[in-house]
Amino acid sequence: MFKPNPIRTDRNVTFIIKVAGYSSIVFLALIFFFLMQNGLPALKETGLAKLFQSTWYPIEGYFGILPLLFGSLLVTFIAILIALPFGVGTAVFISEIAPRSMKEILKPLVEILAGMPSVVLGFIGIVVLVPYMQRTLNLPTGLSALTGAILLGLIAIPTVVSIAEDALNAVPQSYRQAALAMGATRWQTIWGITVPAAKTGILTAIMLGIGRTLGETMAVMMVTGNAAVMPQGLESIISPVRTMTATIASEMGEVAKGSAHYAVLFFIGIVLFIFSLVINILASWVSTRGRKRSERILS
Amino acid sequence: MTQKHFAALILLLVFLTACAKPNSDVSIPPSKTITNTGSDTIVNLALAWAEQYQMENLGIQISVTGGGSGTGINALLSGTTDIANASREMKDEEKATAEENGFEPQEFVIARDAIAVIVNPENPISELSLEMISKIYKCEINNWSELGGEDRPIVRLSRESNSGTHVYFLETVVRLGDKEDKSIFCPKTLLLPSSEGIISEVRDNPNAIGYDGLGYVTDEVKMLALAMDETKGFVLPSEITANDGTYPISRNLFMYTRGEPVGEIRDYLDWILSEEGQSIVSQLGFVPVEGE
Repeated sequence: MFKPNPIRTDRNVTFIIKVAGYSSIVFLALIFFFLMQNGLPALKETGLAKLFQSTWYPIEGYFGILPLLFGSLLVTFIAILIALPFGVGTAVFISEIAPRSMKEILKPLVEILAGMPSVVLGFIGIVVLVPYMQRTLNLPTGLSALTGAILLGLIAIPTVVSIAEDALNAVPQSYRQAALAMGATRWQTIWGITVPAAKTGILTAIMLGIGRTLGETMAVMMVTGNAAVMPQGLESIISPVRTMTATIASEMGEVAKGSAHYAVLFFIGIVLFIFSLVINILASWVSTRGRKRSERILS
Repeated sequence: MTQKHFAALILLLVFLTACAKPNSDVSIPPSKTITNTGSDTIVNLALAWAEQYQMENLGIQISVTGGGSGTGINALLSGTTDIANASREMKDEEKATAEENGFEPQEFVIARDAIAVIVNPENPISELSLEMISKIYKCEINNWSELGGEDRPIVRLSRESNSGTHVYFLETVVRLGDKEDKSIFCPKTLLLPSSEGIISEVRDNPNAIGYDGLGYVTDEVKMLALAMDETKGFVLPSEITANDGTYPISRNLFMYTRGEPVGEIRDYLDWILSEEGQSIVSQLGFVPVEGE
């Protein structure tokens, strides 16, 4: 056995870590390149005007992605309306109100929910939630945007909870003590001091929750009915919709490589990629905005 | 163990994991594996065949997967499967791609299938003409009361467009067999990813209408008696009515191979078309092909 040379070890380990660090950039660039290479021909072959029409029936050459785009946005929007109060509420409860023993039970439970495979949630959705929604709301069918949004809300809640809770925990204890010392009630402290102080973290949590929701595929494919209808008016909340992710997942296996349909599916991939990019940029912009440089260094 | 050795070990592990192939036959391999991919309509039948055949012929392994006819044919074209199952004929452009890839696909009719149109058992309607069903799926009829049923909205269910059953239903029922007709399923039609999805939604929802291969239909849903047009009698789907042609929507089910099959694949297809293979067909609710 030769003696390890600490300088060489250091150099090697630094190298490995560097490779690991840069590899994610390389992967992202490769994915981006791959998407563009396969998806941009859609602009040339099918044309922007045809892509932004409202009929999606690819086996007959109708490539209008608008119903899919609005379908995704509608489901995501409702899902966040559900995940926001529950997610932030749970985070506030865990961080500010729950006694220690309860906190120690709740946190792992939320993490288990985060690790639940979405296909399992989709299965529960199709067996339990879909018939239930149809009967209680007396809908034509329970396979609807609302059903999908409820499931997606459940999927987004753990993400929102864990990031929002971290943000609340990071608020210095002295803030709370000062508020209580001034005679504020616990509710006034939470609503007036702690939550505003953790505002940027909570906004980041919501942004990442939106990203999680927009990209989710399996559960939505199982419960939204996948009808490519343009959402119109309030009624579309309880009507079937087809999302971009479900479309890619269910049609990718069928298309011939290099066909117009193939390119359009990749074009949808590009649209999704741009959405998640914008959401992530917004999230990081929100989380650094308004903080002083010194605060950023200290935190 | 020093840190350096530890790092080397991790690297080694990473490389070893990368080397593992998903289907590697490290143990003593069975002499031959036949892969069989495609139509979800055929998948249960193909599994039953594979099980029986593997029992009788030790050393042959047959792996069966679904995914839809289009998926199976694409797998055949790209060379990732030996046999493609399809519930529709290959399209001309698919045949052209096959020739570009250097082979001529061989077609085998392996069974027949009747397409049952199904509704919830609570639905009082029990017979419809194909023209009415076409109007339903084109959103020209939107309420069951227009057909003499209850005052309920119609919820139309269909398989995804990569399903051979979808394409067959589009051509034969929605377009009533008219090649010039370019009408499509109206956008309100729900496209469900699986046959089971359609059965379970029809079972739970009294508004729904759907279609599925006869082999998938369970007792929990009601099959409709169909007629080409109202002057002819309404016929319920069954093995007999599909074979004598009185039931209006039944079709051939296919297997495709890359070129003329040889060796184990040839033997397997011969066995499928034999009396023994075809007896499994009727056990699963499909219609056997007459000996040719």
